Amino acid sequence: MVPLNWYLMLSTVVFMIGVFGFLTRRNIIIMFMSVELMLNGVNISLISFSHFLQDMRGQILVFFIITVAAAEAAIGLAIIIALFRNKTTAHVDEMTEMKG
Amino acid sequence: MMPFVMPDLRPVMPEVVMTCLALIVLMADLVIKRKETIAFLSIICIAIVTYVLSGSLGTTFNGMFISDGYSMFFKLIFILNVILTVLISVKYIAVEKVNFGEYYSLILFSTLGMMIMASAGDLIVLYLGLELMALSTYILAGFIRYDIKSNEAAMKYFLLGAFASAFLLCGTSMIYGLTGTTDLKAISDYIVKNGLASNPVLMLSVILFAVAFSFKIAAVPFHMWAPDAYEGAPTSITAFMSVGPKAAGFAVLGRVFMVAFGSIKIEWATVLIPVAVLTMGVGNIVAISQTNIKRMLAYSSIAHAGYMLLGIIAGTNDGMASVLNYMLIYAFMNIGAFAVVIMLRSEGFKGDNITDYEGLSKTHPLAAALMLVFMFSLTGIPPTAGFMGKFYVFMSAINAGYTWVVIIAVIFSAISAYFYLRIVMYMYMKEPKETVHLTTSPGIGLALAITVIAVLIIGVLPSTFINFAHVAVIGF
Repeated sequence: MVPLNWYLMLSTVVFMIGVFGFLTRRNIIIMFMSVELMLNGVNISLISFSHFLQDMRGQILVFFIITVAAAEAAIGLAIIIALFRNKTTAHVDEMTEMKG
Repeated sequence: MMPFVMPDLRPVMPEVVMTCLALIVLMADLVIKRKETIAFLSIICIAIVTYVLSGSLGTTFNGMFISDGYSMFFKLIFILNVILTVLISVKYIAVEKVNFGEYYSLILFSTLGMMIMASAGDLIVLYLGLELMALSTYILAGFIRYDIKSNEAAMKYFLLGAFASAFLLCGTSMIYGLTGTTDLKAISDYIVKNGLASNPVLMLSVILFAVAFSFKIAAVPFHMWAPDAYEGAPTSITAFMSVGPKAAGFAVLGRVFMVAFGSIKIEWATVLIPVAVLTMGVGNIVAISQTNIKRMLAYSSIAHAGYMLLGIIAGTNDGMASVLNYMLIYAFMNIGAFAVVIMLRSEGFKGDNITDYEGLSKTHPLAAALMLVFMFSLTGIPPTAGFMGKFYVFMSAINAGYTWVVIIAVIFSAISAYFYLRIVMYMYMKEPKETVHLTTSPGIGLALAITVIAVLIIGVLPSTFINFAHVAVIGF
């Protein structure tokens, strides 16, 4: 059987790739994908905890996270499209309407 | 096979009723063409929810959902927030040419999320409430679709909000792995029973929770979204999200830290003290250099989050009561100030620069006088409510032994007088450059009357409200 530590390492790696992607990439879509990666990293750890603790709560939370992430994707993409119609860019550094 | 037991629905009844009524408001938009009617309908909905709320004390769903005095007090703040926001929005969204009916149902859904957060006794419920609130607010922030500033505000708010909720989930997952549960009471019991006080994983998850909640209450160093989101969003929504999500953030911060992490108070206080000091410092000092009033009020709301954090840091029932009291006062004075800002917006005139207020007392003496009261209250000058709010928060922090933090807070509070009173100086001591037309309506008049009367009454007779807050936190 695969030990718990391996799953947790995988989950941490996926989560950290998400964090670094969010902080270093400047394209909105890729930043958004990085957030999804972070959520999936958390999902892996929750499911492995749930399996090793023999407790269902973790898996229930994962279902909720997946559902909310879908809603979040819908709203996020809608906002990106609304923005893209007014300004044809998906680059965060070009969003400088407001400063100070 | 476990038998299905119907849970006691009485404590969740306000939320159930709110869900149904928000959906009805959404549907009513299809048949009702006059949007003022929908605004009126949503106020009726809130009245019904308030009525249901009065008989909803109790705990249900195996402790996942708690309706106690604490959540009740926060729900009253949310209800107040919706009523005032709807009153100031009716005319404003018509001026901004975004007079759509779904605006009101989104406000109701966002408030529903806040109510669920205030009552959450379990991290799963907390997450769901938080997302419902946040997702509705993202849409509202970008509600002026044709305006690039509004789009950009929504984008920044959305990206950083999603990033923060990923941290919340990471903290939840660690707590779950450590204690095997997500129930706040059970987490606390497990920590005490197994002596986990100095466990590094526990500390890491406390920090992750602090990060996620700091995003919601706009505390430094996680405040970067706030000025942009506040400036770009429709002003009525700026008023809404400077009170609602912040109050909800404090509700969960209080409940998670006081209940689940109640046994490691010293540890999380050392995490929150630097956050509070930085929040007060950055909020007050950066506000000085602002030229846009919405941006200035954004930094001011960051600074107020810092003051309120002192009550949480105190870690006593007294401290929590002072936070509740402060939040109520803050709701009145902040929405009042934004209502004046909204009045200055008219067709073809933005009216959100600080220089637009020059000589307002000559052209519109009443509006200037109202702004004067709100600015005094935000500064914390007696006899306005802002003074009383600060007084109780600082006193509870001193009683808990954090005198030096309070000294810093008072110094920053004195600095804040500069940028609040600058508005007063512009209004009363400068000559008007151009005639500013006020956009008035019965709704905004009513909202201003409610807020100004509340600010003055709480300022003169604070004991009723602080006693009410003390009663609310009993048994918390």
